[in-house]
Amino acid sequence: MNRILVVGASAAGLAAAEALRREGYDGELTLVGDEPDAPYDRPPLSKQILSGEWEPHRLPLRSPADLDALGLDLRLGIGATGLDLAARTVLLGDGSRVPYDGLVVATGVRPRRLPGTGHAHVLRTLDDALALRDRLGPGRRLVIVGAGFLGAEAAAVARGLGCEVTLLEPAPVPLAHAVGEEVGRVLSGAHREHGVTLRTGVTVGEVTDGGVRLADGELVGADEVLVAIGSVPNTEWLADSGLTVDNGLVCDEYSAAAPGVYGAGDVAHWHNPLFGARMRIEHRTNAAEQGMAAARNLLRPEARKPFAPVPYFWSDQYDMKVQAFGYLRGHDEVTVVEGDLDERRFMVAYRTGDRLSGVLVVGLPPRAIRPWRAAIAARTPWAEAVRTLAPAAGVV
Amino acid sequence: MHVEVDEPKCVSAGLCVMSAPDVFDQRDDDGVVILLDSDPDTALDEEVREAAGLCPAAAIRLVEK
Ligand SMILES: Cc1cc2nc3c(=O)[nH]c(=O)nc-3n(C[C@H](O)[C@H](O)[C@H](O)COP(=O)(O)OP(=O)(O)OC[C@H]3O[C@@H](n4cnc5c(N)ncnc54)[C@H](O)[C@@H]3O)c2cc1C
Ligand code: SF4
Repeated sequence: MNRILVVGASAAGLAAAEALRREGYDGELTLVGDEPDAPYDRPPLSKQILSGEWEPHRLPLRSPADLDALGLDLRLGIGATGLDLAARTVLLGDGSRVPYDGLVVATGVRPRRLPGTGHAHVLRTLDDALALRDRLGPGRRLVIVGAGFLGAEAAAVARGLGCEVTLLEPAPVPLAHAVGEEVGRVLSGAHREHGVTLRTGVTVGEVTDGGVRLADGELVGADEVLVAIGSVPNTEWLADSGLTVDNGLVCDEYSAAAPGVYGAGDVAHWHNPLFGARMRIEHRTNAAEQGMAAARNLLRPEARKPFAPVPYFWSDQYDMKVQAFGYLRGHDEVTVVEGDLDERRFMVAYRTGDRLSGVLVVGLPPRAIRPWRAAIAARTPWAEAVRTLAPAAGVV
Repeated sequence: MHVEVDEPKCVSAGLCVMSAPDVFDQRDDDGVVILLDSDPDTALDEEVREAAGLCPAAAIRLVEK
């Protein structure tokens, strides 16, 4: 293998490129990304960048010198527009073709939008974050559509900047599908305490000039609107390539989409053998882990390893740091195993089938979390995990 | 190899501790990284590179000697 192409120059793509070099690959390495900036970090966009605490110069994932040391053919500001699998060639927006022996697809996702004639912000790129930050300040009315983690973080920051914030959410309890109703209620409680107007069970139809129009016709007025209703995988350039696209690039348990073609990060919809489930994970840590795993499997086809991580996610809202380990979606039971929900210092454990599938923690030390993470990785039966790790919780 | 950490960037993910427990630890109160050894033995190079690659905040910087 002497020509490797990585498409998507962000967390997953960079991790793949670095891992290739670390593993001794010294052939041609091309990294293509359609954003003009060198790879930068996204999680601070809705936190320290939006609040103004950090300036953009803190965002690059690597220093120019560290990037240089990778010996990349780095092509920024150019998108991939097509893939010819049989000819092993990727077509770029400037008309050029890049032949490859190995390909890593790491093109991530973009925000879903709402119809309507009014202007609405989204929050995915540095430019998005700076544009929104410019418009926030004391007394400004911000309507956020979608009370998921992204919308909730933006709400917390905007309150800190003195905005009047309205958070609109179609579900009865925000985030219930992701983390369960109990935790969803704790998080909503924090927003209400901090003066956010949280309206649940409302569906937004469109963005208008003065705000947003709800499905029932009501107009909710705003100076600025932020739409945070999930994302769409960037897979259009793979259409007609012969690769399977279904809510992302479909990959097997090795993160492979075809011989010599791997997917990594937010765009990859792969089979995680640890949970026996297909998943697409939009978490920062997964992007790095999967980029590395893809690189290794690509370089050493004879010694491929399944990519079977315990997903990890964190979110900062007000003074709370929420951390979740495991695969919480579709869980059957949630139980508090330490602390107290009302004090916002707790750990809850999730049962899926008869297994411990995840934990979510607010305000507890790392030491308390590590054994649970290990138990998730070890596929520990629920009853055993609770008996040995949380004897005081009195469950089972 | 010389290791540096940027504490304000750290998001307390603890992946460094899982990859290289002899080099990194975390503070008890907020989980922020503690650098146990800024010039670890070369035998640990692999682990330390893994930790730096995995760190979701790009808070670990390595200077090869
Ligand atoms: C505001 C915000 C806050 C977040 N906060 C957290 C958090 O607190 N915790 C957490 O775990 N995760 C968080 N995340 C998620 C995390 O940032 C993502 O999981 C991570 O960035 C995924 O990395 P990626 O490389 O897979 O995809 P991306 O970062 O989306 O990168 C894909 C890159 O590919 C480029 N691209 C797309 N199409 C093409 C093409 N055809 N050709 C070339 N290039 C292309 C894109 O422009 C982009 O630069 C947050 C995300 C956002 C946006
Ligand atoms: S992996 Fe990075 S973010 Fe996580 S604790 Fe270590 S230094 Fe901090």
